[in-house]
Amino acid sequence: MTAHFPILQVIIPLLAAPLCLFIRIPRIVGIFAILVSATAFFISCSLLQEVVTGGTLSYQLGGWAAPWGIEYRIDKLNGYLLLLVSGISTIVLVAAQTSISKELPENRHTFFYTAYLLCLTGLLGILATADAFNLFVFLEISALSSYTLIAIGTDRRALTASYQYLVMGTIGATFIIIGVGLMYMMTGTLNMYDLAERLPAVYESKTVLSAFGFFIVGVCLKLALFPLHLWLPNAYAYAPSITTAFLAATSTKVAVYVLIRYIFSIFGIEFVDMSLPLGDIFLFLGLTGIFVASVAAIYQLNIKRLFAYSSVAQIGYIILGLAIETELGLTATLLHLFNHALMKAAIFLAIGAVVYRIGSAQLSHYAGLGKKMPWTMAAIVAGGLSLIGVPLTVGFVSKWYLVVALLDKGWWPVAVLVLISSLIAVIYVWRVVEWIYLTPPRIITDEIKEAPMSQLIPIWILVLANIYFGVDTRLTVGVSKLAAQSLFGVN
Amino acid sequence: MVTAIAIARMSDLFAVVMLSGIYSLLSASLFLDLDAVDVAFTEASVGAGISTLLFLATLKLVPRYEKKSRYKPTLALGVVIATGALLIYGTLDMPHFGEADAPVHQHVAPRYLNDSMNEVGIPNVVTSVLASYRGYDTLGETLVVFTAGIGVLSLLMVSRRTKEKALQKVPADMQNQIILRVVAKMMLPLILIFALYVQFHGDYGPGGGFQAGVIFAAGIILYTMLFGLSLTQKVIKTEVVERLTAFGVLLYAGVGIACMLLGGNFLDYNVLRHDPVHGQHLGILLVELGVGITVAAVMVTLFFKFTWRTVKHKYNQ
Repeated sequence: MTAHFPILQVIIPLLAAPLCLFIRIPRIVGIFAILVSATAFFISCSLLQEVVTGGTLSYQLGGWAAPWGIEYRIDKLNGYLLLLVSGISTIVLVAAQTSISKELPENRHTFFYTAYLLCLTGLLGILATADAFNLFVFLEISALSSYTLIAIGTDRRALTASYQYLVMGTIGATFIIIGVGLMYMMTGTLNMYDLAERLPAVYESKTVLSAFGFFIVGVCLKLALFPLHLWLPNAYAYAPSITTAFLAATSTKVAVYVLIRYIFSIFGIEFVDMSLPLGDIFLFLGLTGIFVASVAAIYQLNIKRLFAYSSVAQIGYIILGLAIETELGLTATLLHLFNHALMKAAIFLAIGAVVYRIGSAQLSHYAGLGKKMPWTMAAIVAGGLSLIGVPLTVGFVSKWYLVVALLDKGWWPVAVLVLISSLIAVIYVWRVVEWIYLTPPRIITDEIKEAPMSQLIPIWILVLANIYFGVDTRLTVGVSKLAAQSLFGVN
Repeated sequence: MVTAIAIARMSDLFAVVMLSGIYSLLSASLFLDLDAVDVAFTEASVGAGISTLLFLATLKLVPRYEKKSRYKPTLALGVVIATGALLIYGTLDMPHFGEADAPVHQHVAPRYLNDSMNEVGIPNVVTSVLASYRGYDTLGETLVVFTAGIGVLSLLMVSRRTKEKALQKVPADMQNQIILRVVAKMMLPLILIFALYVQFHGDYGPGGGFQAGVIFAAGIILYTMLFGLSLTQKVIKTEVVERLTAFGVLLYAGVGIACMLLGGNFLDYNVLRHDPVHGQHLGILLVELGVGITVAAVMVTLFFKFTWRTVKHKYNQ
């Protein structure tokens, strides 16, 4: 049975999604979804353990050997991310049970869970596959289902936001498929590792160069790299809270994974260096992204939008790690992928809990909530501190590694800029703190209570994870280092 | 090319829909010219056939003419030109069209062409690549169709009240078109039988689940357009169709699971029967059926949903 784990990971949510339509009873569908996601999580735990101790796992779909058939290949990099995505998804689903019942009309619950599981399938499929075209197919599944998840709420503005995302996302996907097509034309293969072997022979050709160009732009659209991030703030702000928590924590991370996989495992760092000044481009866009988005975050009136802009800024840090092009830099990127997912899942779930109680995400409605909902607010603050990078939180760990990597490369001005940018994060987090604790409540209502346990528990699991992984970094740093080593080892 | 420019310039949406149908048909002929019969068939049935129908259904809900916009999309034009330039730049080093030693013909393809008869045992190589060698991709694509269906289902909710009202008696718009009705009645069985032929003949000639599903759905949609929703719903219940969208995916993935239980890898049809080639036949037949069911059901659901909307707008005023 364990031999089938690489595929079961993806197939279980895949089968579960259509099954939801047969169950149809919202409560049961919800619990069913948690069970499915938890199963995927346990499988990914066992996979990661196996990969770290035993080495890469390969699974031939349909029994056809690659490159004729499609291959699933789990190594340290995607094992680590599979764990992250399935874990976050499970925790978010637990909170979803109550949150959804308030934010969506009853008759949409089943569809919500179906789309959620489809999105999970898509994300896990992207991570697990070793086939360039198969990756595209699962990218489409995750993309289409996230458009649904965003638009499914009762907020009419979500429809426009989702449509915007749909247009941008489709352009991104088209660029990616053009890239894959051009590569297939030059090598005759779609398997990633076969591509890596056959590409060096045609490195010089203009076709491969343009394939690479299309590919990079397409993925950067998906991961919302500044200035291709325009779809993100609205999509996050108007989607149902659970959708925001899930997508913010996983979807852009998976897109970053795709970028890393293509750069390191397929094209190879040498090709990237000789074809495009990608390091410089990423350095520039990453830094501008951090500053522009952080400053934009300060001026937001909607708390979801505020943290959405902060997400764009965090993607800047992630990309900055890639721009360094060293093993340490890649480690910092991988660490921040994981850590940022923990922070944003905690923050957006906590916001979801507030929306559950007061039905609004306007910052001004948060006045005085520090006394009414102490635990939820404490979670937002803890997440905020982590975003700034205060010691004992995960944010500190990833910023530390990023700065060390920058100094190691000799880019100390950039390191200084990174530290300055943290100060901007202090400003926007402080604005939230000010509203929550220091502003007297405008509407005096005694009805506002602390969030229900079913939401507090998942939120605090994430907050504690934020602190735990900020202190005990064996898992995150250990695996990130191993993954970074293996990616540089390949070349 | 001319059609594409015309589509972009026109503001009469009805004409745009018709032209895009023509555009698809022209692309289909182009694919046919490139000897990609299966692709051409899909383009013709999906692009020219069903999407035109769905566009028309949408058009009933929105005004016919596009709004004039004052916005000058200079930036967008720049991006498009840059993209086009990069595409052309990319073609400079491409292997020449039809060159025998191009990498595409050298690496993976020879095994598909030479050995698929022994390994999979069906004459249409496209089907054996699609449903067996790369069967998992096809499962993914079926799931994409299903996901799209879920998206529409969840966004276009129909209240029970509207449904009841509609079921009582909604006359079709084309009630009085006697010629159309008579011709359609004669055509319908032929369309459905042709769909089934395409479905089960995919192993031997161009065709398969995607095309068959679409043709089947087109038949039902044609009927609904001419005879009204209430008559169609007597035969085809919305709830059943909604569940069928899921059933197709389950059938496909279920075959994969069965293969696993019998000791093979996921979607390894060889283990389904004692003789691997028979196993392949059975597996491909079943998964193609799954594809067909999901595709047809999703298309019909989409059309129904749009029609319900039209009904709602008409009677709730």
